[in-house]
Parts: sequence; C-alpha cells; structure tokens
Amino acid sequence: MKITKTQAGQTITYVVSGRLDTVTAPDLGKEIDAVTPDIKELVLDFDGLEYISSAGIRTVLTAQKKMNKQGVLKLRHVCPAVLDVFELTGFADILTIEK
Amino acid sequence: MATLTVPAQTEQVDILQDLLHQQLDETGCSMAIALQLELVVEEAFVNIATHAYTQPGGTATFTCEVDRTARQIMLRFKDQGIPFDPLQSPDPDTTLKADERKIGGLGIYLIKKTMDKCEYVYEQGSNILTAWKKY
Repeated sequence: MKITKTQAGQTITYVVSGRLDTVTAPDLGKEIDAVTPDIKELVLDFDGLEYISSAGIRTVLTAQKKMNKQGVLKLRHVCPAVLDVFELTGFADILTIEK
Repeated sequence: MATLTVPAQTEQVDILQDLLHQQLDETGCSMAIALQLELVVEEAFVNIATHAYTQPGGTATFTCEVDRTARQIMLRFKDQGIPFDPLQSPDPDTTLKADERKIGGLGIYLIKKTMDKCEYVYEQGSNILTAWKKY
C-alpha cells in the first residue's frame, strides 16, 4: 500500500493506493491519528485502491469519528469493488463518498 | 483442490491468498468475485489468528476447491482453537450513524453477505467453517 500526503491550509489529502487490509491498514491509521485538531478537512483519495477489508473499514470509521469532531471526512475515487464493501456494511450511507 | 496449513498468524494471510489465486487461475472467475473471495479468506483467517487460540503455536488449515462443472468455489477454514461458531454472531447494525457504529464485528458479516452459502461444524476438536460461491 502506498500513502501520499499533501496539505493545503487546513485540508489534508491522503492518496491511498494498493490494498487496505489487516497488514496495511494500521499504517494509514497511524497517519490519521497524527492529524491535529486544526485540520478541518481530511480527504482520502482512493485512486488506485483496489481492495478493502474490515480492517480498512475500521480505519476509515476511526477517521470519520475523529473528523466528526473537528470538520469533515471525504472519500474520492472509490472503485466499484471497494464501494461494494462500503455498501454491504452500511458505510456508504455514513461516509461522504464523492464521485 | 489444494490444502495448506499455516501458523495462525496474521502475516500468513498472503500465503493463503496465493493459494486462492492459483486455484482461480484459468477458471474465468471475474475480478469482482476474486476480490470478494480474497476478502473472505482474509476475514476468516484473521479471525482465527486473532481469536482462536489462547497460546501461540496454533495453526489454521485452508482448503480451496473449484468445481468447474458447477462453476462453484469452496473455501474451508479449519482450526483447533476455542470452539466458536462465527455464524451465530449477531450482525452489526448497519443503520447506525458513524458515532454509534462499533469499531469491530464486520469480518464475519462480510463473509456471510459475500458468499452464497456458509456452514459451520465442530468436529473432533476442530472448528470448520466452509463457504461456497458460484462464479
């Protein structure tokens, strides 16, 4: 899994590609834990992310709960296979998934 | 059909995925279904690695069989850990808002929702979870 971080003002974008699974999800989790309270917008750009398991969903949920307190979380470029898993688990309704 | 026994440690999941892909090779199974099967392999195996044993040294046996006539794939997971029927676990409430959703409990739910049929037995000291999916 590859994570590329960019920041513009109070917006942080992580481009996450590869697989978000039990082995790799904690790496993204650490990044998200380090996001400071002044950040108003967190964007997870899943361009190139081809697979997500419950471990990945946990990480995204943790990010959603965190950003609910300080701003917004947005997901972008979610591929059909990953969207499928979000829909099965009811997370498609909770998350802000942009086209 | 192929069977593999590995230590019940999370990092071993990639070896199981390799076996799955070897079995799927030249079956014409779609990418979408292959990804769903990978998800089931990860969720089932990680549950064993995380919860089945109270001491280190436990193992998990993974079996994958493709019935090309019926166009059906069977995945089987066997461990000698604590007796546990994952199919009895209550489903998470998928209608709750983000702040209300619990962090865990999704793995088994994903297996049940993804596969066509699941079955659990406890036999001769082993938990055996079997799941089938048509491709």
